[in-house]
Amino acid sequence: MTLQISYLFLREYWWLIISLLGGLLVFLMFVQGGQSFIFSLPRNDLQRKMVVNSLGRKWEFTFTTLVTFGGAFFASFPLFYATSFGGAYWVWMAILFSFIIQAVAYEYRSKPANVYGTRVFDTFLFINGCLGPFLIGVAVATFFTGSDFTLDLFNRVQWGSGWHGLEALINPVNLLLGLAVLFLARVLGLMYLENSIDDKELTASLKKALVRNAIPFLVFFLAFVAAILLGKGYRADPVTGEVTLVKYHYLHNLVGNVFTLVFFTGGVVLVLVALWLGIFRGSRRAIWYAGFGTVPVVIALFLMAGYGETAFYPSSADPDSSLTLAKASSSYFTLKTMMYVSFIIPFVVAYIWYAWSSINRSRITREELAGEDHTY
Amino acid sequence: MIENFDLSLVNWSRAQFALTAIYHWLFVPLTLGLSFILAFMETLYVRTGDEMWKKITKFWMTLFGINFAIGVATGIILEFEFGTNWSNYSWFVGDIFGAPLAVEGILAFFLESTFVAVMFFGWNKVSKKFHLASTWLVAIGANLSALWILVANAWMENPVGMVFNPDTARNEMNSFREVVFNPVAIDKFLHTVTSGFVLASVFVVGISAWFLIRKREQELARKSILIAGIFGLVSGLAVALTGDSSARTLAQVQPVKFAAMEALYEGKTDAGLTVIGALTDSGERIGEKKVHDMKLKIEIPKLLSIMTTGKGEGYVPGLRDLIDGNPERGILSVSEMMERGRYARQVLIDYKMAKELGDTESMASLAAKFEEKDFTENYFRYFGYSYFDHPWQVIPSVPVTFYAFRVMVGLGFFFILLFVLAIWFHRRKTLERNPWFLWIALFSIPLAYLASELGWIVTEMGRQPWIIQNLMPVHVAVSNISAGAVQTTFWLFAVLFTALLIAEISIMVRQIKTGPKH
Repeated sequence: MTLQISYLFLREYWWLIISLLGGLLVFLMFVQGGQSFIFSLPRNDLQRKMVVNSLGRKWEFTFTTLVTFGGAFFASFPLFYATSFGGAYWVWMAILFSFIIQAVAYEYRSKPANVYGTRVFDTFLFINGCLGPFLIGVAVATFFTGSDFTLDLFNRVQWGSGWHGLEALINPVNLLLGLAVLFLARVLGLMYLENSIDDKELTASLKKALVRNAIPFLVFFLAFVAAILLGKGYRADPVTGEVTLVKYHYLHNLVGNVFTLVFFTGGVVLVLVALWLGIFRGSRRAIWYAGFGTVPVVIALFLMAGYGETAFYPSSADPDSSLTLAKASSSYFTLKTMMYVSFIIPFVVAYIWYAWSSINRSRITREELAGEDHTY
Repeated sequence: MIENFDLSLVNWSRAQFALTAIYHWLFVPLTLGLSFILAFMETLYVRTGDEMWKKITKFWMTLFGINFAIGVATGIILEFEFGTNWSNYSWFVGDIFGAPLAVEGILAFFLESTFVAVMFFGWNKVSKKFHLASTWLVAIGANLSALWILVANAWMENPVGMVFNPDTARNEMNSFREVVFNPVAIDKFLHTVTSGFVLASVFVVGISAWFLIRKREQELARKSILIAGIFGLVSGLAVALTGDSSARTLAQVQPVKFAAMEALYEGKTDAGLTVIGALTDSGERIGEKKVHDMKLKIEIPKLLSIMTTGKGEGYVPGLRDLIDGNPERGILSVSEMMERGRYARQVLIDYKMAKELGDTESMASLAAKFEEKDFTENYFRYFGYSYFDHPWQVIPSVPVTFYAFRVMVGLGFFFILLFVLAIWFHRRKTLERNPWFLWIALFSIPLAYLASELGWIVTEMGRQPWIIQNLMPVHVAVSNISAGAVQTTFWLFAVLFTALLIAEISIMVRQIKTGPKH
C-alpha cells in the first residue's frame, strides 16, 4: 500500500522539522551564552574551570545541531541554501569562523604545550559565545525583514549589496533579534550553570548576572516581536505567486494558526516562569522551563515566517524573487524519502537523553573535577 | 588547480575548498581508524579485566580527543561551503546531494557526539559494558558519517538515481536506493574507510615504536603494535582489494580520469599497467594541453587490460580516443558531445522563455522532449559539455594524477609490508632488537598522511573540470561573489587552520612524550 501524502503537507512537515531544529539550536546555545561569561563571572581559575567543564560537556550537541540544521535545510529547501549562503556570504562566514574556533578551544585550552596559552583559547570561547548567537539572530531576522537579492530564470542568485549579508547589521529590526538571541543565550547559560555546578560563591554571582541579562533580553525580544507583528510582512499570493508587503501580515499568521498561537504564547509563558523561578526562587530547575519555553517560541517564529501565504526568505530588492516553501523546496520524492528518515529523530532524542542522564547524575563540584580524568 | 591557479573567482573558490578538504582530511582518517582500535583495546580490557588494557585505551583515547576536536572544526566548513561558494551547484543538485548530508547529521553525527561524551566522561559514571558500548558506537558513528558524505561525493562522480526537471531547472532524485548503492559509492566507502584504518594503524605502530626506541612504556607499546599491526594488515589488504575494484568502476564511469592516471594517450589492447615511469614533455599538444612521453617505464604486461575489461586483450581507450572520438570502439568525440550538450541547453532555455511568455503550446512540446528517451540518453546526458569552448578542456592534469596515484599505491603496499614485519617481530619478541624497523615505523607516520591526501588528490584533481561528471563543470557551479571576498576568506582559513594545526601537533607531541597516566 502506498502512502498518499500531498506535496504541500511534505513542505510544511519539513518546515516544521527545520523549525524544531532551529528551536533546539537556540536552546542549546546556552553553551554560547555561558561562554560569553568566561571572563566576567568566575572569580578565580578554579571557578573558570568549573564553568568551562560544565559547558564543555555539552558543546558538541550545539555544534551537531547546527550542522544538522544546515544539512536539513540543504536537503529540504536547497534554493534557500543556495540563495542565502551564496549571497549573504560574509554573515555566514563570520558565523562559521566563530564555531571553528570554539570546537578546538575546549579541548586545547588547558592542555600542556598548546602554543598560544589558555587565555587565547578562552578568548575564542568568548568570541563564539557573543558572535554566534548574535549573528544567527540577525540572519534569522532577515526571514522577516528581507534581503537584497534577485534570482534569474535559472534561480541563480545575484546579491545586490557588495557587503554580502553584512548590510543586515544596519537594519534595527535585525539587530533587535540578534541582541534578543544573544541575551537569551546568556540567560539560558546562567540557568544551565546554576543547574549543573554546585558552588556557593559562583551561584551568588550567577543570580546577580541573571537579573542583569533577563531585562535586556525581555526588552529586545518584545521590541522585535512588536516590530514584526505591527509592521509589514511579505505575503505571497497563492495563485499568482506575486509577493507584496502587507501590514500586520505576521500578526495574521500568528493568530490565524492555532498551533502557532499556542506555541508562541505557551512558550513565552514558560520562559517568564523560568525567569521568575531563576530570579525570585533561585530554582535550579529554571533551565528546564526556559528550554521547554524557548523551543516552541522559536518554532512559532519560524511558522509565522513560513506557513500560510508567506515568503519565508523575502527579497527586498525584487519581491518576486522571494522564496516561498513551494518555490524553494526539494522534489516530492526527496521530501517524502527524507520524511521517512526523520522518523528516527525520536529515537535519536531518546538515546541522547539516556546518555546525558547517565553521565550527569551529580553536579560539578571542586571534588568531582579533581577526580575526573578528562577535563578542559 | 596548480597549473590553472590564478586570481579568478573559480580558482580561488576551488583553492578554498581544496584547502579546507585537505586540512579536514588530516584529522578524519585517524578518527575513523583509531576509534576502532580503541574499541578493540577496551573490549580486551572488559573481557580480561586486565588494568593494563584500560591504561592503554585511555592513553590512545587522549590522542583521539585532541585529533577529534580539530576534525569537527574543519568539517563544519565543508558542509556550509557548498552553499557559500558553490551556490549554483547547491541549487542544481541540492535535491539529491542534500539528502545524504541531512541523513549524515541525523544518523551519524548525533550518535558520534553523544557517545563520545560518554567515552570521555563516563569512565567513573557508567558501567564497564555501557562504556564499552559507547566506544563502539563512537567508532560506528564516525564511520557511518563517512558513509553518507562519501555517498554524496560518489554521486558527483557518477550521478545516478535522478531525473532532470525543466520547470525547476535542476536534477531531482527518483531513486534513493540507486544513490546509496551507487557502485562508485560502495567502492569509495570501503576504500576510504579502510585507508583510514591503515593510517591509524601506522600512527599507533609508529608511536609505539618510539616508546620502544626510548625504552619506555614497553608493554603498552608491544600490545599496541600487535593490535594495530593486525588491524592494519587486514585493512591494508582490504585497501588493495577495494582499490582494484575502484579502478574497474572508474574505467567505466570516468574514462578520462582513468586514462590520465595511466598517462595513456593512445588507446590499445593488451595494455600493461605502468608501475613506475617518468613523464616528459613530448612537444606535442592536445589543444593547449601537453602530451607526455614516458621514460624509465616499468610495466606489468596486459594488467591494465585485465583490470578494466577482465581480458588481457581488452581495449583500454587513451586520452586521444576519448577527446577525438573513436567510432570503431563506439567512443563519441568531445566536440560531438559539446554540440549535443548545446542543443540540450538550448531546448531548456527555449522552454524557460516559453514559460516566461506564457506560450503554453511551445512549453508542452519542449517539456515533452525531456520525457523522450532519445533526448535524455543522447543529448541531455552531455548537458555539461555545452559550457566548454574546446574539447581539450575536459582533460585533467595528467602529471598530478599519474604521480599521485603511483605514490599512493606504492605507499599502500609499503604499509602492508610494515604491518607484516610488525606482527612478525612481535611474535618472535624481537621488536626491540630491530631498531631499524622501529625507526622506519616512526617515520612512516607522515607517509601515511601523504598517501591518504594523495588518494583525494587523485580523486578530485582527476575528475576536473567536472563538479558533477558530464552534467556540470566546476566553473558553472560557483557562487556569484567577488574573487576578492573568496581570496580573503581563503587566507583567513589558511592562517587559522595552520595555527590550529601547529597547536594540535604541539599538544599531541607533548601528550605522547608524557605517556600514559599511571
